[in-house]
Amino acid sequence: MNIKRNIALSDSGFVFNPSTGDSFSTNPIGLEIIRLLQEMKTAEQVKKAILAQYLTDDATFEKDFYDFVNMLNRFNLMETEEKDEKATN
Amino acid sequence: MKKIQYERPVIQRLNAGVMNKFGTKTEYAPVTEIDGNRVKDLITKFGSPLFVLSEKTMRQNYKDANRAFKNRYPKVQFAWSYKTNYMNAVCNVYHQEGSWAEAVSGFEYQKALKNGVPGNKIIFNGPDKTESELRAAIYNNSMIHIDHLDELYLIKELATEMNKRPRVAIRVNMDTGIYPMWDRFGFNYENGQAWDAINKIMLNDKMDLVGLHAHIGTFMLAPSAYAVAATKLSDLALGVKLKYKKNIQYIDLGGGFASKNTLKGSYLQGADSSPSFDQFAEAITTAILNAGFGESDLPLLILETGRALVDDAGYLLGSVISNKRLADGRRATIMDFGVNIMFTSFWYDHKISPAQEFSQYTEDAVLYGPLCMNIDVIRENVTLPPLKRNDQVVVHCVGAYNMTQWMQFISLRPAIVLIDLEEKAHVIRKRETLQTIESEEVLPAYLKEIKL
Repeated sequence: MNIKRNIALSDSGFVFNPSTGDSFSTNPIGLEIIRLLQEMKTAEQVKKAILAQYLTDDATFEKDFYDFVNMLNRFNLMETEEKDEKATN
Repeated sequence: MKKIQYERPVIQRLNAGVMNKFGTKTEYAPVTEIDGNRVKDLITKFGSPLFVLSEKTMRQNYKDANRAFKNRYPKVQFAWSYKTNYMNAVCNVYHQEGSWAEAVSGFEYQKALKNGVPGNKIIFNGPDKTESELRAAIYNNSMIHIDHLDELYLIKELATEMNKRPRVAIRVNMDTGIYPMWDRFGFNYENGQAWDAINKIMLNDKMDLVGLHAHIGTFMLAPSAYAVAATKLSDLALGVKLKYKKNIQYIDLGGGFASKNTLKGSYLQGADSSPSFDQFAEAITTAILNAGFGESDLPLLILETGRALVDDAGYLLGSVISNKRLADGRRATIMDFGVNIMFTSFWYDHKISPAQEFSQYTEDAVLYGPLCMNIDVIRENVTLPPLKRNDQVVVHCVGAYNMTQWMQFISLRPAIVLIDLEEKAHVIRKRETLQTIESEEVLPAYLKEIKL
């Protein structure tokens, strides 16, 4: 679950993908999750970090996190597995 | 460390380019209370979903409409349209303000009588009036608006039999420049049917032709169409005076004034595009005043306004059941209220507000109801904050037609609460139970036992 490393983020929640020129807007918690993913944190580590800071429960966040990652994938902001394999070869 | 309020993570692609003129309005300003009652408290006390009516708004709307017409015309009378919302509490708010009653069925007529409306202040409209209902209306001196010739002949027979002179009007349909033209009700103006009916009533001399009635359509956005209708009805009234030396006592222009709702496909929001009461009043009263009546012959102007008086006084409170992602990536939010209790969602894009604070981040979503039916769509596209399970929303402008056209399909009908002028909430219709639904069912004895 790796987010593209070259994704540019601003503190106001502006997300820019320099490879495609696409830009996005995310809310503060979304920004924090993207930052954690850029730091190569695992899903479990992201969850732990968010639960420590936000008023929510395990199940709610897990559901929302996977939906969010699904959207990151849909927007081509995640590394595909193929690329991951090439990178490791 | 104090924890931060949680909001679901959202990300949206930013689209640069020409703005979409049909772009949706973002609804993130929360509506947390209605007339001094917190939405959260109302739901806790009366359950979700819940219809809420504001007595303050109902009375204010009536006063606005009444003032708009009475400032321009000396004789004005409103008649509350029972089919728009026939909850007794609602009807009596308008009756207390001075409205007569307008019924379009036998049971609505009975409701009006039970509510204490004198028979001679009930207008009985509609194509389906049974013989016994007509007898009651004749007996009570109600204004019977004749829809077709079969009804006219039946009233004539009953008048002879009962030895009473029924007070009747004819419903007239006409071309007012509005499409589609409502020509299925009453007698046509242009082809002479209306005059034919008038002649039959006047020459037979068994009943009193007291009024002329037109109802040109629904959710009318053009006041000018009412001016055409008022002119044509005035022409008939003046013609009756000329031919039979008899004054028509009233002209009834029916209902149909648009509310502040937004029709699907509409470019502008309803609040911006719907004409005001003053615009309707100006068009109608100017047409009648210029028609050529003598000062003492001016007919009473009756208005059967329903929707425009009650729509924005009604709210539907509901809660989120779940969120999901559709195959095409769109967010889908499932609410606990469906099209079975919000019939008007088939033709309006109802304004929907969250009932709790959110940040300014929003998502495009489809709002579904809880019914296990594909047609159960509340809004095809709405921009809302990231709602989560059990979050609450307020649907606006649901006071007209939903509490009369609702049905117990799949889920039961919720309670209705009226908030009075002192901001106290009263249940005016209880939440339905299985017993409500089964109370009229009869199970044959041989089907009572089953073995599986």
